[in-house]
This record gives sequence, structure tokens and C-alpha cells, in this order.
Amino acid sequence: MEKKNIILLNGKETAFEPGETILDAARRNHVDIPTLCHLKGAASTGACRVCVVEVEGAGTLLAACSTFAAPGMVVRTESPKVVQSRKATIELLLASGNHNCAVRGGDGVDWTAFQLGVQAMDKTEALCPVWGDCRLQELAYKYQVNGERYPKNDTCYPVEEVNPFIVRDFSRCILCGRCAQACNQIQVNNAISFGSRGAEHKIIADGDFPLATAECVFCGECVQACPVGALTEKKVRYRHRPWEVKKVRTTCSYCGVGCQLELHVKDNTIVKVQGADIAPNHGSLCVKGRFGYDFVGHPDRLTKPLIKENGKHREAGWDEALDLVAKKLSEIKAAHGPDSMGVLTSARITNEENYVAQKFARAVLGTNNVDHCARL
Amino acid sequence: MTNPIEDIHASEVILITGSNTTENHPVLSAYVKRAVEFKGAKLIVVDPRKITMTKHAALWLRPKLGTDVAWINGFLHVILKEKLHAEKYCAERTVGLEEVAELVKKYTPEYVEEISGIPAADLVAAARMYASAPAASILYCMGITQHACGTDNVKSLANLAMLCGNLGVRGGGVNPLRGQNNVQGACDMGGLPNVYTGYQPVSKEDVRKKFEEAWGRPLSPNNGLTVTQMFPLAHEKKIKALYIVGENPMVSDPDLTHAKHCLEALDFLVVQDIFLTETAKLADVVLPSACFAEKDGTFSNTERKVQRVRKAVTPPGEAKDDWWILAQVATRMGYAMDYAGPEQIMEEIGRVTPSYCGINFSRIEREGIHWPCPNTDHPGTPCLHVDKFTCGLGVFHAIEWTPPAETPDAEYPLYLTTGRVLYQYHTGTMTMKSEGLNEKAPECFVEVAQADAERLGVADGEKVRVASRRGEITARAKVGGMVEAGTVFLPFHFAEAAANTLTNTALDPVSKIPEFKVCAVRMEKAA
Repeated sequence: MEKKNIILLNGKETAFEPGETILDAARRNHVDIPTLCHLKGAASTGACRVCVVEVEGAGTLLAACSTFAAPGMVVRTESPKVVQSRKATIELLLASGNHNCAVRGGDGVDWTAFQLGVQAMDKTEALCPVWGDCRLQELAYKYQVNGERYPKNDTCYPVEEVNPFIVRDFSRCILCGRCAQACNQIQVNNAISFGSRGAEHKIIADGDFPLATAECVFCGECVQACPVGALTEKKVRYRHRPWEVKKVRTTCSYCGVGCQLELHVKDNTIVKVQGADIAPNHGSLCVKGRFGYDFVGHPDRLTKPLIKENGKHREAGWDEALDLVAKKLSEIKAAHGPDSMGVLTSARITNEENYVAQKFARAVLGTNNVDHCARL
Repeated sequence: MTNPIEDIHASEVILITGSNTTENHPVLSAYVKRAVEFKGAKLIVVDPRKITMTKHAALWLRPKLGTDVAWINGFLHVILKEKLHAEKYCAERTVGLEEVAELVKKYTPEYVEEISGIPAADLVAAARMYASAPAASILYCMGITQHACGTDNVKSLANLAMLCGNLGVRGGGVNPLRGQNNVQGACDMGGLPNVYTGYQPVSKEDVRKKFEEAWGRPLSPNNGLTVTQMFPLAHEKKIKALYIVGENPMVSDPDLTHAKHCLEALDFLVVQDIFLTETAKLADVVLPSACFAEKDGTFSNTERKVQRVRKAVTPPGEAKDDWWILAQVATRMGYAMDYAGPEQIMEEIGRVTPSYCGINFSRIEREGIHWPCPNTDHPGTPCLHVDKFTCGLGVFHAIEWTPPAETPDAEYPLYLTTGRVLYQYHTGTMTMKSEGLNEKAPECFVEVAQADAERLGVADGEKVRVASRRGEITARAKVGGMVEAGTVFLPFHFAEAAANTLTNTALDPVSKIPEFKVCAVRMEKAA
């Protein structure tokens, strides 16, 4: 019999493309296999074991992210065995560090005592900065487990805040390795990696230095990849809840690559910027695109037209300013001809605005003296 | 770019020249780094500075400033001599190779070494590497264009790509990296003195007739002036009024002292911007506009992809969309412009612009489209010149190397080149509002080679005075290996120590681009 590229996925015949993993085939067919360490665009590591599935004939559960689909495979993604394994994995991860969300139970003490305890250890007044926006918390909720089962790892690290953009808190790191993959395989900045072994195993920058003194260029790819609260944006921590924001897809206004952004907006203010998962950037951004948005709502923005009188600018209404511009340009045109004027349009404004600007120069002023800063 | 960004992953050899890619196009640089580290591509970097990309390069050639035509002709020489070129491709798809072959005979690796300082053996190795690839991509930026011979530099790169059959193929191309979000779009939209939208010449009668009909006004048949021509004419009182939108020539223009005199000589200056920039301070009227996050519309990126811009927040105070302000002035000057909004303007653009004809907001709602896109069923054109050049046959240009307009002498013994840094952007109007970015790049600096620093008795971090024939600035010395002895580098972002106080106004005769990348300076320890 001819072997077709079909697997039996939860009892349903499912086609796969040669070279696809079980995870790829499942996702393409809208079957959800939970993942944690898997990072799109990077090599699968199979490190976290959250995506394990049951494959008939295999001695153990297999990681869906790093097992290739093969003809005739019989795969179960949520069998009792799979669920039991995932629960244990999540419980271990919850116990591996400082995961002080409500999901991690009280270890027998009451809720208030528990919170005070973790906050004391945390040396912070606050709960986890990504509470409600954490992949581990989501999984714990989905599989209804808490952190009571295993003793908590008390290894405590100081929170690193000595750079303007990124806060690193290793007490919340689950060592999934996504940040290192994002840095080394997606952005290829090679600033961070796994360092040390054993109980002190952690992610390091160069020879375990703060990011500020390492090769780091603060693209923030690692922050966007971090599934927990180990890497957070300094300006974003404790400022807003993820469900309070409106996300607006747009195009970055810095260089010409045209990265697609998700602007997170709350109360008419941009509170965070993330890379959208589409060409050309597929989620990546640079330091300017991700962190350089302060100018938008900056207090120095011009808010009213200004007219210069006696060498000084004074505020004016739109009608006064526009009438003055129209009058002066009309006078100069009449006295000296259209070619005594010029328009510099802009590489910053939109196509539509550039179109109107050159039309204004040509049809209204009557000159082809229109240019912009392409050469500068 | 002739090719889409994603094509970089399909290149077997990538040649980067005149582009500090990791600092100026960081996300695109990651494509190159992934191609090299994980997909087996080989990288050749040709750049006078030891930029980060050199760490990923199989070969790094370090030419002297302003010697690009020479080393590119050297590549052509080696490739033709060793018959590594795409003979069939050249015969079928191009014209003019004979003249080029004749001219480059004298550009032997040894002759090129004399001019450029690139060791002859390295040049040969790089030429062979480029020619050996089934698909090789050339990425370049302002290090190629901002020269008095910028047009020659670009044509030379086109010669090289055509010679090896690298245009119109996946993973190939001659790919300029545009430095500003919508510089491609500003050009596409006719923000140039010689063309309407879609590069339709103002001097062509049928084109002009079409626009006269569309706009209902008689139009001038004469090419207009470039910005670099308007400024001196303002000084001569021949240009009386300038209307400047979203641009800060008081930091970005060459020879700033002169630029200021030019703007001050105007009878009337209007500046429309988001901040009171150095340029806006000189204006008679300043009009406050909305920034990218406050309006709808489109930008065209470096790969000619037209992508949506969406309003996320409302503009501050009474700031308005740039199109609205211009339409208001037009209307008050007796030419009614009553657009309902950007979508309607894009419809008009499509009607008068063959290459944008098939692009409208609903088609690019999810993902942008690469122009040319002649109709609404057309998928767009990510790769240009497939099977046939857009203009028919690809034209080779035989080009001689010419030295830069200003070279070091006894009085000004050092070369100066300029550029950007990762943490700042252009004239800093936007990035300097971010504390974090300012913390990473707080002030101007001048990169100096160890040998020059020792000779001048300057230690790393000490203040030095850098002077050219046009002016002088003071900045901290950053002593290290980025530049070669005899050359210094300045970022041009910082108004308070503006590199462009020093730069030369010499222009390329065709493109009118100033020679920002080469001039002569002297340097001494600041008292």
C-alpha cells in the first residue's frame, strides 16, 4: 500500500507536508498543542516538555515541536497520559522560581501570608509584573495546577535594572531558552546565552554581566519572546493591564525597512510597542522602533500654529495662520512668479500627504520646485 | 530595492557596501546575519569603517574614502579576465558591455590597490566570490550615494550585478537601503523636481497634459530645482519663499552656516512639523502637524511595498494632518482641495499613476503590495527585471574613477566621513525625546584611529576640535579601531555639535546629492 503523508491526529486523518513536525502539522490544521519554549523561526529544542504528545508505538511521550510527522503515525495531543505529564511539567516550572501569581498556591499558609512571603523574597512591593500576561500562568490555569506539589526553589537573584529599557529578574526565569534563541537565531546579536550549570544554571550576557555592558543592542527581541516575567520592559511594568489596551497595527516611522508594529494604546497614549508577526519583520524590531515612541505624546510637541512677530513666535489660530500663508504666497507669486517659490515635502509623511504636497507646488503655486530630503 | 527583503535569505553571496547595516537597518541586517550564520551564505563587506557587519563577513575590504568606482571596476576587470561573467545573460539582456570591458582593462588589481588601498589579492578573492554565486545580492546605502560621483557609484554596482546575471533573479539584485520611513514613497509620489507620481517626467508633453486635465490647471513644462539648488538661490534672493514640511535642513544639510544664511535671506518661510526644530525656529509661520501614530495613510518601504499607517491616538492640541493643512492653504489660494481623507487621495493617486493603479486601502488592509501594480487583480511586483529589464535591455555604463571633490592637504590633513548611530535617528527630532535612547547615545563623538590620537596627544574621551574650510565643532574623541589612520568619523545627529557644519556642498552633477561622505578636516585637542 502506498504510504501517504497522513497522520491520525486525535482520531482524525490529517495531511502533513514532508519535513513538518507534529506541531507544524497540528497548527496548520487548527489543532492546539500548547508550547512554551518553542520559538517560531528558531530551531526546536524540545527543552520544556510542555508540547509532549502520545505517539502509538513510541516508548515515551514525544515533544511535538521536535518530532517529525511520519506516514501513519497515530498521535494523541490531550490523552490522560499527556495531560498528566503536562501537569507535572507545569508544577515543576511553577516551583522552579518566584512565580507569585495566585496560581501558585499557598503551600498550606493563607493567601495573605503567602503573598507577603513572596513579596519579601522578591524585594518588591508588587506582584509579578506580567500577571495576566504570562504563558506559564495561562498553562497553569488551563491544566488547573498550582505550585504546591513541589518545594519552591529559593535561589534568589537581584533584579537587574541598570539599563534604560529592560528589567531582568532571574528569580522568575524558567530557563526555557527563548530569549537566547531570539537573540542568537532571530536577531543574531549573540549577546545572551545559557551560562553556568546545575542549580546556578541561568541566562547570561557575555561573561554574566549586566546587559548595559554586554554586546546587547536593546532590540528587545528577548523581552517579546519571554513567556514569563523574567524579562520586562522598564517603561511598561505595572503601568497597564494587557486587556485594557487597544492594539493598532501600523508601519514604523524610523528607517525604510517598514517594520510592522502593534501600538498598544490606553487612554489615548501609546503604552507599549511590539513587532507584528508579518513581513518584513515577523515580530522583530530594533531599539528605536520598540522603545523610541516617547516623542509621540511628548510635551514639547507643537500644538498651535505660530506666527513670528518682531523676531518672536506667538501662538495663533488656524484661520489666521492659514490665511497669512495663503496671502503671502499669493503675493510672492504675483510679484516674482511661481518659480520664486519652492516646497520641500518630506520622507516622513505619508504617500497621500506627499501627493498633496507636490500637487500643491505644481497646481497651486505653479512650480516644479518641489523636492525632499532623499539626498540628505 | 530591485528585490524583496525576504530574498536575502535566498542569496548565496551578499555584498554590503556603504551601509552600516546593523545600526541603520537593524531588522534587515538580521536577514543578512541569518543568511550567513544559518543558511550558508557568504558575506563580503566593502567599507572604510570596521562596522559590526565585518564580524560576519568572509571577506572585508577596506577602501579609502571615495574610491568606489575604482574597486568596482577592479571587480569587473577580474571577472571579465577570468571569464566568470554570465555570458549568455549579458548577450541576451544587456548592451554596452564592450565599452565597459575596454575601460576596465586598466583597472588591474594592482592599479586598484594604488587608488583604494585594497590589497590586490583580497580584491581578486572578493571578485571571484561574488561571481561564483548563482545568486548574489548587493546591498548599499548612503556610503555609496552621498558622493560627488554618487550616480557613477550606483551605475558601477549595476554594471557588476548585470555582468554576473544577478538582476531579475531570486536572491540577487541591486538593493539600496532607504534610510527614512517613506523616502521611497516621497519619490514615488513625485516629491522630486523633474517627475510627477510614478516617475512620469514633467518635461513629457503627454504626461503633462494628463496631469493638467486631472488637476484642472496649466502646469510648468520645466524641471524644477532640487533642495540643494534652492538653498543657494535663496541666498541670491532668486528664491523668495519656501514651504518646508517635516524636514530639518538646519541639521541635515551640508555646510550649515551657509544653509542658515540661505533660509534667513528668504522673504517668507513656512515650516510644518511636529516639533519646533532648528529649522522651524527660523520660520515666519509654523504649522503644527500630526505624527505617524496620529493619522491614516500609507508608507512605501525600501522594497517598494506600500503598507498601511493607522491612527492610534489623537494629535496633541490643535495639530492637524499634513494633507489637511496643505489642502487648506490650497483652498485659501483659490484652488479647492476638499478630500474626505487619505483613502480618497490614494484613489486619485491610482488614477494618475500606472505603478500604483492597482493599490487601494482595502487590498492592503492585512499586508502591503509591492509596486508596480498596474491593476486591482495584479499581485504586485516584489522582484523587478525578471526575464526582461523594465526599460528593455540593461545598459552598461563605462565609468572612470574620479577622486572626491575635496581631499586632504597640508592644512586639512584628515579625511572626514559621516553617518548615523543605532540609538539616534537623522536630525534627532524624534529620538532625542527618548530618555533611554539619549542615555545610550547622549552626545556627539568623533571616531579617531589610535595612531592619529597618539600623534595629536588625544586620549579616549577627551574633547577635540574638528575644523574644515566651512566651520568647526567640538566633540569627544572615541579612540579605537573603527576608522583607519588618516580618517575620522562623525555622527550627524547632534545639532549642538553638528557634523554638517563641516561637510562639503559639492554635488553629484546628476542626482545633486551632496558629498557628505568625504571632506578634509584638521583636528586638535580642545583647549
